Amino acid sequence: MSILKKALTTTATAAALATALLASAAQAETRRIALVVKSLGNGFFEAAARGAEEAAKELGDVEIIYTGPTTTTAAGQIEVINALIAQRVDAIAISANDTDALVPALKRAMDRGITVISWDSGVAAEGRQMHLNPSSNPLIGNTIVKLAADQLPEGGDVAFLSATTTSTNQNIWIEEATKVLPNYAGINVVVTVYGDDLADKSYRETQGLLQTYPNLKAIIAPTSVGIVAAAQAVTDAGKIGEVNVTGLGLPSEMAGHVKSGASKSFAIWNPVDLGYAATYIAYELTTGKAKAEPGASIPMGRIGTVTLDENGEGAMSDPFTYDASNIDEFSSVF
Amino acid sequence: MSAFLKSREAILALAILVLLAVVASRFPGFVRPGSLANVLTDTSPLIILALGQMVVILTKCIDLSMAATLALCGMVAGLLNMAGLPLPLILLAVVVLGAVLGAINGLLVWKLGIPSIVVTLGTMTIYRGTIFLLTKGQWINAHQMSDGFKAFPRAVFLGLPVMAWIMIAIVIAAWVLVNRTPLGRAFYAVGGNPHAAVYTGISVGKTQFWAFTLSGALAGLVGYLWVARYAVAYVDIASGFELDIVAACVIGGIAIAGGAGSVAGAVMGAIFLGIVKNALPVAGISPFAQMAISGTAILIAIAFNARGQGPKGRIILKQAEHKSPEARA
Repeated sequence: MSILKKALTTTATAAALATALLASAAQAETRRIALVVKSLGNGFFEAAARGAEEAAKELGDVEIIYTGPTTTTAAGQIEVINALIAQRVDAIAISANDTDALVPALKRAMDRGITVISWDSGVAAEGRQMHLNPSSNPLIGNTIVKLAADQLPEGGDVAFLSATTTSTNQNIWIEEATKVLPNYAGINVVVTVYGDDLADKSYRETQGLLQTYPNLKAIIAPTSVGIVAAAQAVTDAGKIGEVNVTGLGLPSEMAGHVKSGASKSFAIWNPVDLGYAATYIAYELTTGKAKAEPGASIPMGRIGTVTLDENGEGAMSDPFTYDASNIDEFSSVF
Repeated sequence: MSAFLKSREAILALAILVLLAVVASRFPGFVRPGSLANVLTDTSPLIILALGQMVVILTKCIDLSMAATLALCGMVAGLLNMAGLPLPLILLAVVVLGAVLGAINGLLVWKLGIPSIVVTLGTMTIYRGTIFLLTKGQWINAHQMSDGFKAFPRAVFLGLPVMAWIMIAIVIAAWVLVNRTPLGRAFYAVGGNPHAAVYTGISVGKTQFWAFTLSGALAGLVGYLWVARYAVAYVDIASGFELDIVAACVIGGIAIAGGAGSVAGAVMGAIFLGIVKNALPVAGISPFAQMAISGTAILIAIAFNARGQGPKGRIILKQAEHKSPEARA
């Protein structure tokens, strides 16, 4: 009897010890955070991945899986999400190609205990725990109009060159920009055209703008493909100095056009910071140190904290303006 | 004369004039000579590619990898330029590389007998992927390209940019090739009646191989022109353009079943599509309606074409005509 009792106690102790060991092992286990981007091969997302790696190094026990489809399609991203669910990653931080189409796949990921956040381009609220905006939409909308207006003290005609008619980002920014127009006297928006984020179509649309609106003073392109194509079309039309191309672009891609004068200035947030912040937040949520709920403040390392609104969205920081004075410094970074 | 008026080419030319008239009624500036020259220059890549696609379609094949070949060769052109290679060598390199990529398609179709749509669907993805491997997704931007590299297609010579002159030279060369050389006639023979072609001593596979090589070489050349024109090279350039190329051929009356079609048809098909693409932005049409209008224009053009479908084969043996009426088809 006593032998049996002793044996039992030993087993129980061993079991308890094993459990404790397993638990501590689980804690030391590295967190695998997947950074899912709109498409591979885009300079912006490559820079975000560098930021994510930086955060991973700082946090220590994090492994970054940088992935995405080769073309900017929702279908491609769903495949990627399914693969990540199968790999049992700890968190998915996604920049979405479609607001709604990804929701079922991401819901499945959350059902399996994976932390899901969206960043840059958002997913509908039911498909993620929170969304990190690079900046706030009203702020970006205001910035892109201000960039054009700063070069036009007398006012004048401006046009928007957007991505596709269904791009979540571009359409919201242009909507917000339109709201603040009354604050900029003399700035007259004549039209919004769509270059579909293709270099050739954006170039052609710009040529069309220059033909149709001979008095055009500025083209605002809040898309990195569009702004480069528009600047090239303005250069080829010999209209440098007459038509200023501005909007959102990447310093490395815009350096030549800023130097040629086709673009006086443009803005973008720092994608390195964005990848860094998304990774930091995903880590805080997956370790349970922070909770994604309206009003919550989540730390983002060196960037500060983000406060979530009632939709579970938060803004990282203001967009940053690049011009001839600082383009060289940043064009080698991203 | 009446035979000409009933031909596909005449109907298509008429359609182009009607299209121009419609655009001019909304935006008169579009039909100024300078503006039309711009449209022609802008359409040059599509015309060159449509000619390459035409010879492939003539041999009963299809080349879906053209846009990817273009993108890969364009990226290589950009990389060679960054490495400091002089322009003539870059041009040679992209044409040769394009020809090799096309020859890979051709060999797979010829030696392994895989349907061309499957082969080129596969190589399309492989070629795009190769760009990614070459560059790790990095872009080549305007300031990284030398001025000479960007200026060549833009340089104006006798009132037209070099890009348009290259296109004109290729159109003439293509006309000579398909109408005046044994290989050119073989393209028609192989697509028109493969069995008869074999009996006349033409190798079907080999002819298809040369068609793919040619289309690859043209795509390679356009790769350089494209990258120099838009002054940017990245993985996704000309993404989806393969469908525009096929559409241009179909509008131009190149029979998808092979064996029928003309250089003039392919050129006009491309010009028709080029006008639609260039006119929609200036005509002030809602972007939401643009795609639908493009598609409708293509369908209407094809419907017109289908009515005058192909000249019937000449009957050489009168006796055989009664025995096998289906031979006429």
